[in-house]
Amino acid sequence: MFGPKAGKIIGTADADLTPKQLLRRTGCVAAVRDISFSVVPGEVFAVMGLSGSGKSTLVRCLTRLIEPTAGSVTIDGHNVTKASASALRDLRRNHVSMVFQHFGLLPHRQVIDNVAYGLEIRGVGKVDRRKKAAEIVELVGLAGNETSYPDQLSGGMQQRVGLARALAGDPALLLFDEPFSALDPLIRRDMQNEVIRLQAELRKTMVFVTHDLQEALRLGDRILIMRDGEVVQIGTPAEVVAHPADAYVRDFVSDIPLSHVLTLKYVMREPRPDDSSEGPVMASDTIVGEAARVALGSELVVQVVEDGALVGIVDRDAILRVVVAEESVAV
Amino acid sequence: MSSVATVRSQSLDTGLVATLRAHGRTGSLLGVIVLWVVVWAVTRGNMTLEIGGAQVTDAHAWFRTRAAEIEAAASAGTSPVFVATTAIADALDWVVGSLQRLFTVPAFPRPLPQVGWAGILASAAWVSFAVAGLRISLLVVATFLGFGLLGVWEDSVDLLIITNVSVLLAVVVGIPLGIWMAHSKAVSSILTPVLDGMQTMPSFSYLLPVAIMFGIGSAAAVVVIVIYATPPVVRITAHGVSSVSATTLEATSSLGQTRWQRLKNVEIPMARRTIVVGVNQTTMAALAMAVIAGYIDSPGLGQNVLSALQRNQLGNAAVAGLAIVLMAIMLDRTTTAASERPGSVTRSVSSSPLPRRIGLIGSGAATLVAVYLSHVQRALNEFPDRLDLGPSIASAVDDFGDWLRDDLSGLTTSIQQHFTNFLLNPLQDLVANSPWFVTGAAIVAIAFVIGGWRALLSTVVCLAGIYYLDLWNNAMITITSVLVATFAVILLAVVLGIAMGRGEAADRLVRPVLDAAQTVPAFVYLIPILIMFGPNRFTAIVAGVIYAVPPATKLVADGIRGVDPTTVEAARSSGTSRLQMVIKVQLPMAKGSLVLAANQGLLYVLSMVVVGGMVGAGALGADIVTGFRQTSFVGRGLAAAVTVVLVGIMLDRITRYGAQRTLQPASSHSRPRPLQVLWAGRRNQ
Repeated sequence: MFGPKAGKIIGTADADLTPKQLLRRTGCVAAVRDISFSVVPGEVFAVMGLSGSGKSTLVRCLTRLIEPTAGSVTIDGHNVTKASASALRDLRRNHVSMVFQHFGLLPHRQVIDNVAYGLEIRGVGKVDRRKKAAEIVELVGLAGNETSYPDQLSGGMQQRVGLARALAGDPALLLFDEPFSALDPLIRRDMQNEVIRLQAELRKTMVFVTHDLQEALRLGDRILIMRDGEVVQIGTPAEVVAHPADAYVRDFVSDIPLSHVLTLKYVMREPRPDDSSEGPVMASDTIVGEAARVALGSELVVQVVEDGALVGIVDRDAILRVVVAEESVAV
Repeated sequence: MSSVATVRSQSLDTGLVATLRAHGRTGSLLGVIVLWVVVWAVTRGNMTLEIGGAQVTDAHAWFRTRAAEIEAAASAGTSPVFVATTAIADALDWVVGSLQRLFTVPAFPRPLPQVGWAGILASAAWVSFAVAGLRISLLVVATFLGFGLLGVWEDSVDLLIITNVSVLLAVVVGIPLGIWMAHSKAVSSILTPVLDGMQTMPSFSYLLPVAIMFGIGSAAAVVVIVIYATPPVVRITAHGVSSVSATTLEATSSLGQTRWQRLKNVEIPMARRTIVVGVNQTTMAALAMAVIAGYIDSPGLGQNVLSALQRNQLGNAAVAGLAIVLMAIMLDRTTTAASERPGSVTRSVSSSPLPRRIGLIGSGAATLVAVYLSHVQRALNEFPDRLDLGPSIASAVDDFGDWLRDDLSGLTTSIQQHFTNFLLNPLQDLVANSPWFVTGAAIVAIAFVIGGWRALLSTVVCLAGIYYLDLWNNAMITITSVLVATFAVILLAVVLGIAMGRGEAADRLVRPVLDAAQTVPAFVYLIPILIMFGPNRFTAIVAGVIYAVPPATKLVADGIRGVDPTTVEAARSSGTSRLQMVIKVQLPMAKGSLVLAANQGLLYVLSMVVVGGMVGAGALGADIVTGFRQTSFVGRGLAAAVTVVLVGIMLDRITRYGAQRTLQPASSHSRPRPLQVLWAGRRNQ
């Protein structure tokens, strides 16, 4: 909640006004309201919304870079919203780090010292922190650029430095605030792959804010879609695409190639007694695009299984409708 | 896109309304002036409140008594305030005195100072090499040799001592204040008006009060210089720290840094260049004031200039002025190079620190040897006399001046006389020779038309003050000169500013000249103009114009340049001619800068016109100077100083409120903050 006397609004009738009415009556904006979610360890949790939807505010509230007016945040069982200044500093130093859209590097420091900055302010000695930083620089693919200055690097490389700085403290939770929005599309793709690779290697918990649905669908295990500071939908990529919560989300997902996102679960039909049981067998979370080659190559229908039990059947028509006609095959 | 378009068309509409309103204002202004002239024609010469040059009124006597009380209290040492000022004065005197005994005056029982010219030269070269590199170091050596060749070695070094002690104090106080301002809104809102006040006050209006509090000499000089020179470093530091990238601050804070770590690792390193620009501005301001402080017996070249001017030895004044200009260039280049250096040095150091370090150590050792030798060898202690070119330069300048004024068919003299007879005198007749209440009413009416109720109120208060200080007539004479000079400043600034704002080539040609002109201490401008035109009001006006044109021109140029290129392109695509572009697009859109330029022009001109008064243009400046020289006129001098401040506040308020009214429709959020822009405006990219 931002604005004059923002703290006094919650708990009054004004809190239930629509954003426009609220602004007119009180001069305040509720950037984020009524959002509850939990992130599972090891999960990539994407937060998606247009600019102004409150997603950046949301992610900053998690470590109180912006103080939330109300509500609570718990990380690893610690109540962040009630933490003292030093406990909060400890949290930021050791448990949570963040990657920013505009990098936020220190222009007067070499790459290696930028990466080591988090360790430096924790009080790690110069030799140790440089050693650790060198490993991370290597990990994010910047080996050889240790002594460069940020302004000598391309945007993509600068963001690798930002990523390395966040990783150097070995945090359990990584927050990303539109980290690749300022990059060219091709570089953005590279960086997304980099995150996927790092995630496979390191298994961190991530909250990834983006305004790019494609990116959210690629990286996120689950996606939270926001509008005007409120949740519109939370779900896996396939759920969001297959069952958009409302017209807003439907509009968003309308240009997404369905075959890249939908899983067989969303295109299968009930098994019938006359279905052949000879055809290929696939898990229900197989993405349609990946299943297409086998499914189309076989004369027989695909049997979809979940935990070893048959749950549905996918036939050629269903695959073609998704791959070729881009139709949503809501059951 | 569409929203951008509507915003723009709105501002065009409101711009039209404002133009109409402004035209209405022009009408009222003309009306007031016509009425004034009519009344003047029948009442002129009556009740002008003119007082004789030697007259001292009750108000002045009151000031004199206060001054005497203060002096008595200071010497008695009873009041805690004066115990403090005396302690400060003693400390400052001791510091400056010790440095002088080290470098410029015989250190008893030695017949010579501890360190002589060779040692000083070597030390200066070494320090500048360390902070600014080899090229600057060569410039420093050349400049110091120049001091010697001009025959003003000791006075130059004295001026440097005073300037550097003051800069050190200003920086030690100013940088922390600036950082504090950047961090705290409350501090910023308290300090901003204080800094505004310090910078709006014409510099010598506090010379006399400070001299009374601290006694004439080095201590009072350091105090006035610090008052004058601290605001730039405070402001620019605050600006630098508060413009550190928010993302970087947030990103580093997200790693859990403490406030101290943020300041040390992020804010200061990132604002360092800007802070050094602030130090540069403070240094130049300190030098300018150190010259003027010659009036209160500050050691150094300022006194050479003043005593030469008093005896009408313009050649000697020119020699001292030349040394001051050399010093200004040296200080400016050194601090500028230092501000450009941090990045490049640390980068090169990381790759090859060794050669540089060896060079520094080697040359440091050589410097120590030079210092020692200059301590023991007379030839290396006293700058050799036979290299003194000062007198011959002085007589050449004097000959040139005589030729200019007399033999060149009196060209400069006739320019001066025509200007004075046909423009200055009639105007002054109107302003100063109307009955005081007529002029007063006219000024109040003009203030109201330009700046509305608030301007009217400030004007009434200031005029009442001027009336009670019994220097009404002199104040009106000064105001006349200020108005004439400001008019010329705006004319020149608009012409030059448009040329610079529109053409890259013109900008590259003119900007360095303006930069150079701003580097030279204001007082030095007077010397060549005095040589050309002699001591009179015209000289003061010309000096004021030359002093005020650079900042005003830069403001206009930056305003023109700041016009959105898309708008210019759009206007061009619809077939706007060059002239139309200037008149219909660029000037209206740069209106804010124009008004600001006028406001700045007024304040600059005022301070210079009063300085001009000190060297022959009469009026308030002369009153202040007499106050320094003769105890019986101390009261009148103090009253004149206060009057100058009141005139400054009045002119500032009228233009400032006028600016707010003009700008309100177009951009109500941009409240003009004149001096801030001024100090940050110079090469502060």
